[in-house]
Amino acid sequence: MNHQLRATRRIAATVGVLLTASAALAGCGGDSDGADATTLRVSVFGNFGYEKLYDQFEKDHPGVKVVETSEGDLGQYNTQLTQKIAAGSGAGDVVAIEEGQVVNFLQSADKFVNFQDHGSNDRKDQWLPWKYQQATTSDGTDTIGLGTDVGGLAMCYRKDLFEQAGLPTDRTEVAALWPTWEDFTAVGEQFQQGIGSDDVHFIDSATNTYNSILMQSGDHTYFDTDGNLTIEDNPAVKDAWDTSLAMSEAGISAKLKSFSNEWNAGFKNGSFATIACPAWMTSYIKEQAGDENAGKWDITTVPGGGGNWGGSFLAVPTASKNQKLAIELVDFLTSADGQMAAFEETGNLPSNPTLYDTPALKDATNEYFSDAPVGQLFVAGATSLQPVYLGAKNQPVRDAVENALRSVENGEKSSDDGWSTAVSDAEAAAG
Amino acid sequence: MSTLTGTPARQRRTPRAGRGSQGSRGEQAAGYAFVSPFFVVFAIFGLFPLLFTFWVSLHDWSLLGGHTWSGLDNYRKLLDDDHFWNALVNTLGIFVLATVPQLLMSLVLAQLLNQKLRARTLWRMGVLLPNITSIAAVGIIFTLLFARDFGLVNWLLGQVGVDPVAWQQHRWSSWLAISTMVDWRWTGYNALIFLAALQAVPRELYEAAEIDGASPAKQFRHITVPMLRPTIVFVSLVSTIGGIQLFTEPLLFNSGANAITGGTTRQFQTLTMYVYEQAFTGQAFGYAASVAWVMFAVIAVIGLVNALLIRRLRGVA
Repeated sequence: MNHQLRATRRIAATVGVLLTASAALAGCGGDSDGADATTLRVSVFGNFGYEKLYDQFEKDHPGVKVVETSEGDLGQYNTQLTQKIAAGSGAGDVVAIEEGQVVNFLQSADKFVNFQDHGSNDRKDQWLPWKYQQATTSDGTDTIGLGTDVGGLAMCYRKDLFEQAGLPTDRTEVAALWPTWEDFTAVGEQFQQGIGSDDVHFIDSATNTYNSILMQSGDHTYFDTDGNLTIEDNPAVKDAWDTSLAMSEAGISAKLKSFSNEWNAGFKNGSFATIACPAWMTSYIKEQAGDENAGKWDITTVPGGGGNWGGSFLAVPTASKNQKLAIELVDFLTSADGQMAAFEETGNLPSNPTLYDTPALKDATNEYFSDAPVGQLFVAGATSLQPVYLGAKNQPVRDAVENALRSVENGEKSSDDGWSTAVSDAEAAAG
Repeated sequence: MSTLTGTPARQRRTPRAGRGSQGSRGEQAAGYAFVSPFFVVFAIFGLFPLLFTFWVSLHDWSLLGGHTWSGLDNYRKLLDDDHFWNALVNTLGIFVLATVPQLLMSLVLAQLLNQKLRARTLWRMGVLLPNITSIAAVGIIFTLLFARDFGLVNWLLGQVGVDPVAWQQHRWSSWLAISTMVDWRWTGYNALIFLAALQAVPRELYEAAEIDGASPAKQFRHITVPMLRPTIVFVSLVSTIGGIQLFTEPLLFNSGANAITGGTTRQFQTLTMYVYEQAFTGQAFGYAASVAWVMFAVIAVIGLVNALLIRRLRGVA
């Protein structure tokens, strides 16, 4: 055996050990940024309309860079956020929490910065009282998120399709057609006869309407504030179920699943003439329906008075390494100016009640929706808003009920069978 | 590293060790070092998660809340869980519906590719193309093809007078659509494995059969298939593991809200989807872990059956 071969072996052994070591370490590699620049990572879902605000923040804080990642699908976003918060890393510096998830995250309030330690209690009046409370623990000592927007409810409708069906198109006249959901169903039947086509329906699906009706009922939905499942005791749930299924039975539903490809295409193709739209939905409609449908949509009041569906909070995970800056950014984004800028960008309705009287919001119109007075419409909805308590397991229960509702709408089950499935699946999901 | 640098000196004193079957300590160290990446990586990413999952499955473990010891409660609950059995049936059903035609098609395809063809390499590479396509792209495209209102499949059915099918809505139609996706991706891949095996079959056997007057069909039946048996078993084992872990295709097939439940009545929710749903939507981390372990057991049982088959086949040969 010559010397060289032995040396080669030695090197090989060394390389082997090094390879092993580096393979083991690969997972621990830090994504270290440049030494001089601090990067703040913001993760949101959908469109929060913060681009210009980030630019402003970067200008005010030299050396700070804000990077946003956005996930389109809320369910997906919630899942990923839960994983990252539970794992204690990877969530970023600022995260958006949707209304339906906030109770869930309150269970581990210690994983988020307490804004009360940073003076949020002194600025309580900057949020609707119930909005502030939603992200605060029940003992009132820990606030994990600051409110961004609320989902004041309105009804979006296609003027051109209404005209074809021989219905009025003016938003005040349309609003007068449907003070209640029963009236709304009747108008739907009228529409269906007038339009005389199987390709166009009055509503997109029973589930969207169901959620709107349920979120109008006020107080609580599937869970009471003690966390008990109330799906059978709370008449509002069964009412919303029956009312929305009646629409489906009347043949006015396009039966499209929310956020599916077909549903998205439906905005563009005009497969449905109305959709219950919380403020945040307007930017989604605009995006899906595209420029060619500009001016065809309009907005009016929702049957059954106002209501709230959705809305979000911004929070800072304690795992963040740039907490001080992240808190500053959240304060900036959720400030009155920040909320107003986001409203102008996306139509997301501010959760700051002091803005509701300002001309900037009251007189705001939305060009895409035939210059509908969105400020007025959504603020009117917001003032009659009822705080709704959503339990920690709201999402899985809602999923279970929506599934059952859809199975009835699709004709796979009778309403009674569907309801008992909804109840038993909800019980299983509530754990 | 000091021990390693020290060894050559000792080696020179005892030249015998270098030639011996045991190898010197330096060589031994090198050997271990060379095989260690697999074991280290496996221990970190394979063994540890496996055991940790078992540990989790013995707890009532909420993802965001705390956890308490619950012994075998999760497994007991599982036996009574309709959704779990439903997912198991779906998984096995889609697996059979996808794998049987897939293996038959790949066998035929391999036989075709083994003929004298013009641009043979092009064809052989071509069948692998679906496999290197991103699985997400496959899922999205096929979901569009099978869309209810504007899908190509329903349009084609319409041309021959069949009413449009809501593919996601029924059990049979959703299984069929998902199996199509799986087959589209894996048929070519398996065909290449079969092709490799086909080329290892000695030519003389075919020549002898031809002299004896056996038709091509008879040659296929009595030479090709028996010679391919070990490969068939291997391919079905790999397909089993893949099939039981089926996740992305059914998930993407259910576009929109609540994708993870696999349809309104869970008609195409697979086991992995159920694990995911329990862990991350339901936040029952412990329960999800127990489902994962049962899934592991199912794969192990099927693997065992396969191994027994191989042994029996060897006995026959």
